[in-house]
Amino acid sequence: MALCLVDDDPVSLEALTFARRFGEVDALVFGDVDVGGYVSRARRIVHERLDEYAPLAWAQAIVELEPELVVAPGTDRGHEVLAHVAARLGAALAANVVEAAIEGDVLNLTRQRWGGSLLEEARLRGSPKLLSVAPHVVEAEPAGLETTVEEFTPALGDDHFRVRVARREEPEAGTVRLDTARVVVGGGRGVGSKEGFDVLEELANLLGGAVGGSRVVTNLGWRPHSDQVGQTGARIAPDLYIACGVSGAIQHIVGCKGAKRILVINKDRNAPIVARADWAVIGDLHEIVPAIVAELRSNGS
Amino acid sequence: MNVLVCVKRVPETGARITLTSDAQAIDTTLLGFTISPHEECAVEEALRIVEQHGGSTTVLTLGPAAAIEQLQNAMAMGIGEALLLETDGSDWNAESTAAAIADAVRTRACDLLLFGNEAADTGDYQVGVRVAHALGLPCTTGIKGISIAGGTLTARREAGGGWEIFELPLPAVVSVKEGINLPRYASIQGRLRAKKATIERIAPEPLASALETVRLAVPPEQETHVEILRSGAEAARVLRDLGLV
Repeated sequence: MALCLVDDDPVSLEALTFARRFGEVDALVFGDVDVGGYVSRARRIVHERLDEYAPLAWAQAIVELEPELVVAPGTDRGHEVLAHVAARLGAALAANVVEAAIEGDVLNLTRQRWGGSLLEEARLRGSPKLLSVAPHVVEAEPAGLETTVEEFTPALGDDHFRVRVARREEPEAGTVRLDTARVVVGGGRGVGSKEGFDVLEELANLLGGAVGGSRVVTNLGWRPHSDQVGQTGARIAPDLYIACGVSGAIQHIVGCKGAKRILVINKDRNAPIVARADWAVIGDLHEIVPAIVAELRSNGS
Repeated sequence: MNVLVCVKRVPETGARITLTSDAQAIDTTLLGFTISPHEECAVEEALRIVEQHGGSTTVLTLGPAAAIEQLQNAMAMGIGEALLLETDGSDWNAESTAAAIADAVRTRACDLLLFGNEAADTGDYQVGVRVAHALGLPCTTGIKGISIAGGTLTARREAGGGWEIFELPLPAVVSVKEGINLPRYASIQGRLRAKKATIERIAPEPLASALETVRLAVPPEQETHVEILRSGAEAARVLRDLGLV
């Protein structure tokens, strides 16, 4: 049996779409997530003590179902739960897989290293086979299947709740999440200062988007680290990424290559990011971004 | 509070990664090496915890003799002791790495084991969790904030634009992410002290893994045809045409 872990992170539905290549796959659903159309059978985890995320409890639910193959989203939770399953069962775990095909009892796969700037082709043997799917390599797409939902209650004891979410701090109202934003306005060293981001904020607000930054920008303290786009930050997948004063180091590119389109504003025609762009304005972002904002305001409202 | 922090020596890759002719490794002949970014933050966090609560710090790495450079870098930042699990320099799988680390630290009195969330190069996302299981310790991963009070560690993880907060009894294993702090620079005195410090060496043996690397590949460049716009007004028109306004 093949299982795919699903939680409220949208990357879960990408993983579920990816997992269908292995044939019949059950969605193992934690929380209130609709997987209708994606798979024939969903198993919704129900347990009186499981009101919050508890990695060992989630891992126990997987272990109890004795799957041969487990797919999870390449997220903090996906990786954490799979690592617990791997450690408990002495199984190997392939993280951030982008391609996979079964050949006999071997899974031939390609996975990301270096945040995606390098690929590794590998063979995964043994059982169960555990893999996470790299975010934004497939689009979430239902398959028009009739989905029956069964409840499943794993046998959980105190040990499974040794680590759990004790409390949460909700995001401030009105915050646009970087990883799910439709538009991201990103800034690099060229923005020049913390205050330089004001106009990027303004543009992002006009477009209903989020502001992001390169690693330089978060290391300099111009933006909080949670705004970082790149290998050590967020992987974004907006319809449009507007990169302002970003040179395009490989560590940044791997974070924004999920963007459908890229508009670059940069002084340097030869900056690596320009080669990745659909559109580029070559010039000073401190003149061009305010001009865009002014133009949008004058004709828009 | 005795804190042990595990780091990995990784090449400082430039604009484009070049592979060896057999496609089994990165060609590092022209590259320098560094501590993987999440782990550099783990080193800083170990120092801050001990500055606040007292105790000792130890840095551990599994890698070739040349990884002494990274142990010394951590000691130059202020870490007290260093331990090298010496290999021939080949990539070790996550199972072997975790088993070797667990064996090496089992007899040490550690209150907290810190890891980076994932190594920059292999990106396996699992060594810390495997070590925790081998030692029977609670663990949490992806952490961007730690505070400790009365034998309980509180760990913060970004989730859905907000935070989820875990509480763990010590001893525990925590994998941290860049952003938890800004690592300090090493001092001159620190560098001098690190050069003279003794480094304990152990030679572990690797285990087989069910995950076997066939080859590495550099992903094909996705060059797009870029249209050069002449002004902000033209860019604004593109945004309108995309239906974003």
